Amino acid sequence: MLLDLGLPDVDGLGLIGRIRALGPVPIVVLSSRGDEAAKVAALDSGADDYVTKPFGAEELMARLRAALRHRLQEQGAGRVFTSDDLSVDLVRRLVRRGTEDIKLSPKEYDILEQLAIHAGKVLTHKHLLREVWRDESVDPQYLRVYVRQLRQKIEADPATPRHVLTEPGVGYRLV
Amino acid sequence: MANAADETRPSPDALLKAAEKESRGKHKIFLGAAPGVGKTWEMLSAAHRGKREGIDVVVGVVETHGRAETEAQLAGLEVVPRRKVAYRERTLEEMDIDAILARRPALVLVDELAHTNAEGSRHPKRYLDVEELLAAGIDVYSTLNVQHVESLNDVVARITRIRVRETVPDRIVDAADEVELVDLTPADLIARLSEGKVYVRDQAQRALKHYFSPGNLTALRELALRRTAERVDEQMRSYMREHAIAGPWAAGERVIVCLDPGPGAANAVRAAKRSADALDAELIALYVETDRHAGLSEQERVRLAEAMRLAAQLGAEVATVPGRSVVEEIVAFARSRNATRVVVGKSRRSRWFELRHGSIVDELVRSNSGLAIEVAPSADTSPQAGPSDWLRDVPLSPGPYLEGALSTVLATALGVMIDRLIILPNISLVFVVPVLAAAVRHGLVPSLWVSGLSVLAYNFFFIPPLYLFIVADPANVVALFFFMVVAVVASALAARTRTQTESARREARTTAELYAFSRKIAGVIEADDLLWIVVTHLARLLKAEIVILMPEQGSLTTCAAFPPDSELSDADLAAARWSWDADRPAGRGTDTLPGGRWLFVPIRTSRSAVAIIGVLPQREGHALSAGERRLLEAVGNQAAVAVERVTLAEDIDRARLGAERERLRSAMLTSVSHDLRTPLASIIGSLSSLRSYGARYDAATREELLGTALGEAERLDRFVGNLLDMTRLDAGAIAPKREAVEVGDLVSTTLRRVQPLLKDHAVASIVSSGLPVLSLDFVLAEQALFNLLDNAAKYSPAGGHIEVEARPADGHVEIVVRDEGPGLAVEDLGRIFDKFYRAQEGDRRLAGTGLGLAIARGFVEVQGGTIVARNRAGRSGAEFVVSYPVG
Repeated sequence: MLLDLGLPDVDGLGLIGRIRALGPVPIVVLSSRGDEAAKVAALDSGADDYVTKPFGAEELMARLRAALRHRLQEQGAGRVFTSDDLSVDLVRRLVRRGTEDIKLSPKEYDILEQLAIHAGKVLTHKHLLREVWRDESVDPQYLRVYVRQLRQKIEADPATPRHVLTEPGVGYRLV
Repeated sequence: MANAADETRPSPDALLKAAEKESRGKHKIFLGAAPGVGKTWEMLSAAHRGKREGIDVVVGVVETHGRAETEAQLAGLEVVPRRKVAYRERTLEEMDIDAILARRPALVLVDELAHTNAEGSRHPKRYLDVEELLAAGIDVYSTLNVQHVESLNDVVARITRIRVRETVPDRIVDAADEVELVDLTPADLIARLSEGKVYVRDQAQRALKHYFSPGNLTALRELALRRTAERVDEQMRSYMREHAIAGPWAAGERVIVCLDPGPGAANAVRAAKRSADALDAELIALYVETDRHAGLSEQERVRLAEAMRLAAQLGAEVATVPGRSVVEEIVAFARSRNATRVVVGKSRRSRWFELRHGSIVDELVRSNSGLAIEVAPSADTSPQAGPSDWLRDVPLSPGPYLEGALSTVLATALGVMIDRLIILPNISLVFVVPVLAAAVRHGLVPSLWVSGLSVLAYNFFFIPPLYLFIVADPANVVALFFFMVVAVVASALAARTRTQTESARREARTTAELYAFSRKIAGVIEADDLLWIVVTHLARLLKAEIVILMPEQGSLTTCAAFPPDSELSDADLAAARWSWDADRPAGRGTDTLPGGRWLFVPIRTSRSAVAIIGVLPQREGHALSAGERRLLEAVGNQAAVAVERVTLAEDIDRARLGAERERLRSAMLTSVSHDLRTPLASIIGSLSSLRSYGARYDAATREELLGTALGEAERLDRFVGNLLDMTRLDAGAIAPKREAVEVGDLVSTTLRRVQPLLKDHAVASIVSSGLPVLSLDFVLAEQALFNLLDNAAKYSPAGGHIEVEARPADGHVEIVVRDEGPGLAVEDLGRIFDKFYRAQEGDRRLAGTGLGLAIARGFVEVQGGTIVARNRAGRSGAEFVVSYPVG
């Protein structure tokens, strides 16, 4: 489902909630730049991802593929996430860069696990706090500290991360 | 004076008056010599004639007094129902002016112009109602007896020995467009009276026989005829003036009436008005404010204010000049205004007073000024009430007298000592000291008391036989007598100096108040601050509640008040609104709505009325004195000028802002038309080539054309994004959403997004380790850095190095962007962040919007950061330093 939030007379957010209630249809939202609050709200009410207008066909297709894949993943959970030299084994809780095992603290792993389960999808700060800390009101600054530590451990060059990407004003995405 | 050409041209003043009359309703007065001559009947006949001609006539108020012939005349005319007013358990009926204004007839009939309205009406007098009707453009027919004309009032009283309380100011009669005399010979009138055809109120029955005597009626008839004749004369001359017909009227004749606080002042004013009318001269009422003014009793002040108001009502110009000698000032003023005649009220002062102060009339006559002096008789013979002025100043507490006694004792002791030490021929001089001291400190009476004590002490201690109140030597009697004289004269002089000093002090205080006020408001630029200063200052000066009302969106609203919770009732607001519309004071102590609690005064500059000031004295029922009114006026005038200045300043600011906006708009138009068209031209060019010749191009060319089109489209997208950001910045619609931001994360995220633009450059990022976390809006900070990098890419040659460095700097974190471009010209440094400003104007101009840096600065500053542009030290290239505070 591709949904334009800029529809003139439909409450896009309400629509997302209603579709989500019907079943696990992947939803990708179209939004405009500078409207980060709307993106976060859409993601929090159940959208899988968003694309900022204007966009190229390639980008849109990549996002749609990621959303579909993510839905499949959810159904058949317990897979291994791999990207370049990084692999995350969600069943055995093993993280590996190339051939090297990486030791992560429990919180670091929990964050990476969430990002891996929803690989390719943006996770809002709120989502991560809820799933990892079980408390949305925790200061997001903790999240940032752990993400930095995570990058130090899994990125080849932590100054220019390739896997854990920041989506300004929205959240993080694992690619 | 005027040359021949001027004389044949209609006088501008006359034309202006005529033009003013155009929009006003026409007023016709049916003037009669006495009740019963048939004014009402005549007015109704005229109304019927008008109605037959199709004029929309209504009856505002007509008293038929049960006379059948008048009742019959009333039939067939529309009557506006009268308003009922409850007054002391009785119900009175008054003309309903609001109903008439709402009905808006062409002509309204109003009987008995001199009628006094019931308390609680809008105006105390019916003629004021008529004025409002006229101002609203409604024609009015009214009736009036000659005895009610203000300037004839006392003449009629002298003839008939009945003083009529209800009077109509002469200006009403003078301003009327037509005056029709309703005439009846005395014999006919007496006949009508005996037939019972004349209505006379019950109270007047007693005086009836005397009033309607043939002698009286003849005299009254003559007055009415003369008044009408004067008017006809005046009309003829006004016609001649309007049509520039040279005529034999006296030029610039002026009569001055001297106002004094005595009981004869009003009389003098009326007499002067008659004189001025007879001479067709301008009337000026003059009051000379001497040092005695400060010592006037409240009653005298009221009388003076009333005389001034009467003069103004009779159409005179009222002038006040300060001075020492009344006569000198009168003569000087008369010379300066080219007046020929001076009217003075007959002095009712005692001979003693005149001996002391001199008679103004005598002095005027002796002054040899060439003025004709007219002395108006004093009609009122009631004895002067209240103590005379010098007695009023007497201190009643025992303090000054005790002090005087003590100083006399001291002087005696001193005298005894001197007497022992040296031989002084006249020791009495020692006693002059306490006398003078008492005079200066406490006024005349305490000083006389000390004089008496001194005489006794001198006699007792120094004149043989000693220690007895007996004077043996006749020479000493003479000495004692002269001491007494010296003491009294010195006392009087010193006491007078004292009152003068006090009056001067009071004046100085007023002046100082005004000066302080003007200083206070001089520097104020905010209208709200200014109004607040005005209300607090006035509240303190007048000891009253003050409100200022100004028109806002068409209706009068309270803009400032002291105390701030002062509120106006609907009735008060109505009075304020009337005052604004009529540009005249209203409410307490005025002619309009005098029953209100508040006094409303319009304040104005030479250009227009600015506001209404409302005054509610703290003491219930206290009306402002003439002095307070003057103070209010002076402060009000200053405030009006200041308010106007502030509004003008605001206008100028607005105009300047408008001009700036205009400049930006045109800059933006240029930019938009250039920057929108350039990428569009590339896109259209590429796509149309592909479509027409696509088959003939090889794959590489096609790819290049498509790449161009896509790149240009993306640039267009960035440009539109910039425009939107700029609009948001301009509208102040950007509220940073702060979150903890890691500088390394910020730099890497930005670099990732800006990557496609920097593909021709070598990019290096250096982020110091251990940088503190900043509280920023990630999106704004990212866009600001993006724009700086975009700018660097634009001005760096292909292959050039671009550096991003993040480093700590004394409580801040600096993010530096360096390029290897040509650097910045010195004259650009200051303006590089301005909207639509671009270095290298002209042909070499690079594609860009001139917005990128402006947005970068806007976004950085909205987050509390700063941004600086400078040239790199030691090599070519520019560097931009963004600095965000830590914490």
